[in-house]
Order: sequence, then C-alpha cells, then structure tokens
Amino acid sequence: MAAPKKGRSASAQSKPGRSLALILIAIVGLTAGMFASGHTTPRLGIDLAGGTSITLEAKSDQGSAINKANMDTAVEIMNRRVNGLGVSEAEVQTQGSRNIIVNIPKGTNSEKAREQVGTTAKLYFRPVLAQEATGSAAASPSASPSGSSSASPSPSASASGTGEKATSSSSPSASATSQGRAVTDALKADSTPSASASAKASSSASPSASASSGAAVTADDAALQAKYAALDCSKESVRAKAGEGVKPEDTTVACGEIDKVWYKYLLGPAAVDGTEVDKAQAVYDTQTAAGWQVTMDFNKSGAKKFATITGQLAQNTQPQNEFGIVLDGNVVSSPFVQNSITGGQAQISGSFTQEEAQGLANMLSYGALPLSFQEQSVTTVTAALGGDQLHAGLLAGAIGLLLVVIYLVAYYRGLALIALASLLVSAALTYVLMALLGPAIGFALNLPAVCGAIVAIGITADSFIVYFERVRDEIREGRTLRPAVERAWPRARRTILVSDFVSFLAAAVLFIVTVGKVQGFAFTLGLTTVLDVVVVFFFTKPLMTLIARRKFFASGHKWSGLDPKSLGAQPPLRRTRRPGGPAAGPVETKEA
Amino acid sequence: MSKLGNLGARLHRGEISYDFIGHRKLWYSISILITITAIVGLAVRGLNMGIDFQGGAVFTTEKTSVSVSQAEEYAKSASGHDAVVQKLGNGTLRIQIAGMDIKQSNEIKSDLAEDFKADPESITAELVGPSWGDQIASKAWQGLAIFMVLVVIYLAIAFEWRMAIAALVALIHDITITVGIYALVGFEVTPGTVIGLLTILGYSLYDTVVVFDSLKEQTKDLTKQTRFTYSEIANRSINGTLVRSINTTVVALLPVAGLLFIGGGFLGAGTLNDISLSLFVGLAAGAYSSIFIATPLVADLKEREPQIKALKKRVLAKRAQASAEEAPVQTRGDDTYGDEPEDAEAAVVGPRNQPASRGRGRGRPSGKRR
Repeated sequence: MAAPKKGRSASAQSKPGRSLALILIAIVGLTAGMFASGHTTPRLGIDLAGGTSITLEAKSDQGSAINKANMDTAVEIMNRRVNGLGVSEAEVQTQGSRNIIVNIPKGTNSEKAREQVGTTAKLYFRPVLAQEATGSAAASPSASPSGSSSASPSPSASASGTGEKATSSSSPSASATSQGRAVTDALKADSTPSASASAKASSSASPSASASSGAAVTADDAALQAKYAALDCSKESVRAKAGEGVKPEDTTVACGEIDKVWYKYLLGPAAVDGTEVDKAQAVYDTQTAAGWQVTMDFNKSGAKKFATITGQLAQNTQPQNEFGIVLDGNVVSSPFVQNSITGGQAQISGSFTQEEAQGLANMLSYGALPLSFQEQSVTTVTAALGGDQLHAGLLAGAIGLLLVVIYLVAYYRGLALIALASLLVSAALTYVLMALLGPAIGFALNLPAVCGAIVAIGITADSFIVYFERVRDEIREGRTLRPAVERAWPRARRTILVSDFVSFLAAAVLFIVTVGKVQGFAFTLGLTTVLDVVVVFFFTKPLMTLIARRKFFASGHKWSGLDPKSLGAQPPLRRTRRPGGPAAGPVETKEA
Repeated sequence: MSKLGNLGARLHRGEISYDFIGHRKLWYSISILITITAIVGLAVRGLNMGIDFQGGAVFTTEKTSVSVSQAEEYAKSASGHDAVVQKLGNGTLRIQIAGMDIKQSNEIKSDLAEDFKADPESITAELVGPSWGDQIASKAWQGLAIFMVLVVIYLAIAFEWRMAIAALVALIHDITITVGIYALVGFEVTPGTVIGLLTILGYSLYDTVVVFDSLKEQTKDLTKQTRFTYSEIANRSINGTLVRSINTTVVALLPVAGLLFIGGGFLGAGTLNDISLSLFVGLAAGAYSSIFIATPLVADLKEREPQIKALKKRVLAKRAQASAEEAPVQTRGDDTYGDEPEDAEAAVVGPRNQPASRGRGRGRPSGKRR
C-alpha cells in the first residue's frame, strides 16, 4: 500500500486506527470474558501448584492377568482419557506391580477425572432379546405407532449406517403380552445362527424363526429369566451390580436409561466388541433433530461382524431388532436396526448431552482398559517443584525482561515504545487466552511452558526487529519516514510470514501426531505463533503508520530512533548537498 | 547507541563487512569440533534420564514434621539424585527418586528412616513406572520425522532445495550440540528438557529462515549482473541482517540467561536449571548456525551450480580486466575473495551511495561504473 499523500484521505487513513481499535476491543472483550468466567489466572500444572493424586489398584478377580504389559496399556489409555489434548498436565504412572497413580492438577474437576480413569469402558454390542420398563406395569415400551412417521416403537435410539438413515419402523408386532413368551422362545432358540442375511423377512411373529446371533442357551436360562424378572433397574444398587462378572459370550441382563425411564434388558451374547471400534467421534446432527450423536468407524473384522448382526436383527421384530450397546454392564443405547449396516460406519444416537456424547466417543476411541481398577485413595499433593522455583523463575524472567527493555530502549530509542507496547499487547493476549483455555480445554501451565513463553517473547520481538531494521534501511536510503514505513512493510511482512509458517508447521504436525506433553507443547507453540502474527499485523504495523505522522518521529528527532543522521543516512538520491544537510560521514551523537 | 546505528548504516551500505563466507572453513571446523565433543560426551557419559522416562522409586513416609525442602536434601544425600518431594493431604511425604532398583531403594529407605528419625518399617518403598511412556516417546519421534520431511519440502518450494538441506544441517547441528552439552553437564533429563529441545528446534529453523529470506531477496537477479559472485552477495546478505540477528539473539537470550544464571545460579532452583540450560545452549547454537553454518553451506552448494560457476568466471574476468585498465581500487574493509581484490562498492539493487571520500562514479547514473 502506498503511503497516503495528504492529511486525511479516508480509506488509507482510517486503516491503522481501525486495526488498533479492533485489537484493543479484542483484548478488552477477552479480558472481560476472563473476569466474567471467574478464571483470572491460568491454571497451573502439578509441578507448580500441586493437585490431586488418585491411587488405583488393579483387581484380579476377573481372571485377566495383572502383568506389566496390561498395566502399561492401562496407563496409556488412562493418560489419553484424562489428558486427551495433552494440555491438562495430568500424569499417570504405575506404582509397584498392581497400582496406578493418576495425578491431576489443582482446579481440574477431580470427580470427572476419577470417573474417567476408573471406568473400564468395556463395550459390547449385544442383540436385545427382551426389554421392559422397570417399575411400571407396562411390559414393553414398544407402543405401536399409528402410522405416524416419527415415533419409533421403542423410545430408544436408532442405529443407522451412514447414508441410510433408519426411518421409523412401521412393523411393530411384539405386543406387551407376548413379551414374556418371546423371551422364553428366544432363550430356547436354535443356536445355529442363520448366517445368510436373506431377503427381508416378512414379519415373522415368532422370534425363534430368526433367533439371531446364536444365543448360547445354557442350563441357567430359567435362572436368568428369574433374574430378569426380578431385576429392578430403578434402584441404583441393583444397576451397579447388573453387569458384574458377565462374560461376553453369556446371555445377560442389563439396565439402561432412555428418556429418564429405566428399562431392563435381556441381552444375547456379544456380537461385536468395543475394541473393534476404530474411531469414534461426537458430532452434532444438524440434519435431523437427533442432537448429539456418536459416530463409529469399525475396523475390518468389526465391520464384518456388525454387518452380519445388523442383517440378522433387521429381520426381527421389535424389540428383537434392537441391539444393546452395553458399556461397563449398562445399556447406553439400544437402537433398532432396519437393514444391514455395511461399510463399517454407524451412529449411536440417543438423548445424549454434548458431554455424554464426547465422553462415550472418547471411551470408544481409546478402547477398554484391560483390567478393572478399584480406587484405593484420593489425596491432595503439594507442588512437585517447590514454590521457590516458580518465584525464582518469574523473578529471573522479570530481570531478563528488564534487560531486554533496557537494550531495546538503548538501541531503538523512541521505537522501543512501539516494541514494548507490542510486547505488552502480546503478553496480555497470551495471558488472557491461557486463563480462558483453563476451563475451556483443561489447559494447564507448567514450568517448561512458562520458560517456553519467555522464549516466545524473543520470537515475537524478532518480528518487529525485522520490521524496524527494514524501516531504518529505507531511511538510510534517504527516504523520509512515511514512505519508508510503507515500503519496508511488504518485505518485512514476507519474512515474518515465511518464518512464522515454519514454526506453525512444527506446531501443527506435532499437535496432530503426538500425545501427552509433547502435544501440549505443540499447542502452546501454535498459540504463540498465531498471536505473534496477529500482533504484528494488527498492532505493530498500524502503530508504526500512526507514529510516522507524528512530528517527533517524522522529523527524525534524536531520540526517536529514526534519526537519519544517527542512522547514517545519505543525502537524498539527487546528489546535491543541501546546506546543513547531513554530512556524509556519520555524525557521532552520544553513546548510549 | 548511534555507534551501533552507524555500524548498521555502514553494514547496510556494504562499507564494512565481515567476510563470513570466506572463513567458512574455520566455522565448519569449530562446529565439527564442538559436535564431536558433544557426541563423545553423549557416548561416554550418556544421558541421565529422569524419573518420568525411566521410572524409579517412590517412598511414602508416615505423618511427619519434616519440611519438603529438608526432605529433598535428605533424599539427595541418600541417593545422589535430585528427588521430587510432595506433601500429601494427610501430612505424609511422597518422595520420588529416579532410576532405582529394589536393592538400592531398600538402602535409601533405611538412610531416609535415619534422617527422619523414624522406623524404617514406617516408610513404604515402591517402584514406579515412567509417566512419560514409550508411546509418548515413539509418537514424538514420529511427529518429528514427519515435520522434518514437510519442512524440507516447504523450504525447497519457498526457497530452494539447497537452503532446505542447509537449514536441516543447521538444525541437526544445534540439537546435537545441545544434547551433547547436556550430557556433559550431567543434568537429569526431565520432560522440561525435552520441551526445551523442541523449543530450540522451532527457534533454530525460524532463525535460519529469516536469514535465508534476506539471502533469497539479495540473490534475485544474480545472473543479470557481473559484479559480484554468489558468495559475495551471500556475505552481503549476512552483513545486512547482522544487526537484526544480533538484536534478536540478545532479546531471546537475555531472559533465558536470567533464568539460567540468576534463577539457577543464585536462587538455586533445580528444574529451572534443566530447562534454561538446554534453552540457552540451544538458542545460542541456533543463532550461530544460521549465520556461520547454514548460509556458508548454501553458498558452497550454490557455487557448484554451472550457472553460478559461469557467473564467477565472468565476474573474475571482468575484475581482471578492470584492474588491468586502471589502477586497482583500494578496498575498504578487510575482505578479499580468493585472490581478487574486491571492489567495495555496494549494492546490486537500487542506487547506493558512496561515501564522500570516494569520488569515482560520481555523476554517472547510479550503479553504472563504466
């Protein structure tokens, strides 16, 4: 952009002011948000502020060996659960041969963390054999829909393959009275699964015809029925025990909540295992009114099994066309199936809140813990580094910064004001963002990050050092300040962008690929790099443009840092000596 | 500070310049020497991995009145390692020491019991696993490898492949030296150290790219002129950005030096030492390598190019002709390229002005000498 010719040609003139106003508004807005949220300091990591330490003990009652490999896997999975983005500073490590310690920094929701690390998240997809609401006399929630297109027979969610949304089923046949028998039939069903997912079964009323999934009927089916009949899912104590000690290949009973009503389920053997889920994500479905959903991508074997089971289920009638998604013994969702879902992708929709959906997706993605754990103790811990460390660090950093200020003022004189203002803006933005990111994504600041921020100061300062040097070079060429400021900018801008892009590339790659603390570092690096560019573009440059109009700077005052004399500028390009013009030889002013 | 301003001006005009490229053999030798020292240090002493990487022992005491800092001292005297001491909610202490086996931990346990004046049975000792597991490490390596490939591709597109190679060499140089010095000093490697190394990685590349950007600009219309060889222009470009390099290095290093010498030295803060040492060495190496290693390396690689070779021939021939025609021009500055007297007249791009003391070329269109 060429330097504006005169006084107030609106467009070019208003620009610097506008950018400055913009960034100041941003700072004020963010700061207001920070105070409004009540988190006015960045959250500190365990090394600086201490936190909570949870000790978990592996339980051996489930026959799975407590060995080093399993413990290490559990550590990794827990680590990802409590530190998904790598910024929360939580630490997970084994202690002895059976314990795992989870340390979470102060200010983190320790209840939530305890839930996250404690649940084993064993997930199975089991065909539903029977289902009824507990406590209520209504045997089955499957109310026949009266041709309305929306109400699905059971208030449960529906599963659908991507691209083929299940519409409401319109063939509910299992009426309340037949429930009991349906169960019996199902349990006595022929245990050879019909592997051929044949053409759509015409509504065969008897479930035995299509008893899917090879229900392994054991001698205790009567016992199981009794258990099912007795199961009262409205009691929490009962719910907690319902899924205990069940092997995946067993037929079992379980509880599940749908729209605030507890249902009990009789479930067939697990058809697909949660470990066969490759990736799961929480997405907000804007298409339908389904709200939050969890999408799942199965791996190869999972996709095959899932296609088979859904193919079979689709031929059944309500509720036996449902499968229960059982997480740690509870049914989280029991979608019904209309047709075989191939392609290895599926959605679970239910009345999820955002947190529930994300939590479920998280657990599905990171898989089940190989062992179950029992909480042994929860205790607070003090900072791993003495408080003197942080103080020493901050004090030393402050002294270092003071030296930087002195150096900049000595070298750049008046320009140092711009440098310092830019640094202040940069620091304010960084601080506010870090404070806000604490509650938002669990961002916590540890000592290395504090040191990293101090280095980031150097990189931020470099951006305007590059620019200042360009401006001074232009002045040495004999230009006056305004054109110098404008001409220097495009060249400085390119340097700043190219070099910052390299830093940002590092941050992006590391953030995507790595886990844990390295990922946290990448996040901080990316943040400071972006802020650097923002500050230089929207603050430093406009400010330069503005001060170029000030007499103090434009006239090249001795203390402005832009004095052509002390910069050793040559007389203007036309080689005529102006009387009183700057001598060719550099003029010595006093040494700073 | 006008002296420095002056220096900047004279550097800008090319009146004074230091011959960085010409002395490249010296820089290479210095770097190779330091790098070899670093590698030897690494091989002989190895890295002293902290508890986060290799696990260690954790001791839990009974409720005690011993303060955290006292416990730290006890643990250090008992084991010779830095210990992490935390007070738990119930008044007990948790003391973590890196790299222990059962036998050692039992010895330390009895030592600690003595220090604490407690029954050895009241202190529990258990081995803890690393919190920085293999997976974090392997993913970190993977991420670094992918980044290196991408950054080389990016630099090859944004600049050219020679610069990409040189930047990579400078990067490896910086990291090696930092790690080696770390091994020599014998500090414990903590996650903080690793974060410090990653910071250096970013900074080293960043700094190199800033210098290369100016180099690229200066050598834009290189083959359209016959006054300077590539190396000379590369040298001018280093000298042109020298002030910026010095300032940036000072600004980046001052706070870190504060952390290292004030925070670590006087206040004796342990972990700060780890981080700030790696940062200080790395930042210094990064600033050094951009100027003394990366750019000369690019010049070396460029001078092998046929076009650039031909240019050098033309330049030298022209100079020989010039010196035959008229008395050789006195050079200013201390640089001689090869065996040719170098004309210290500046500037390839745009008009540059001669100091008044030199009347040659006055009145002619700028830049044209004959």
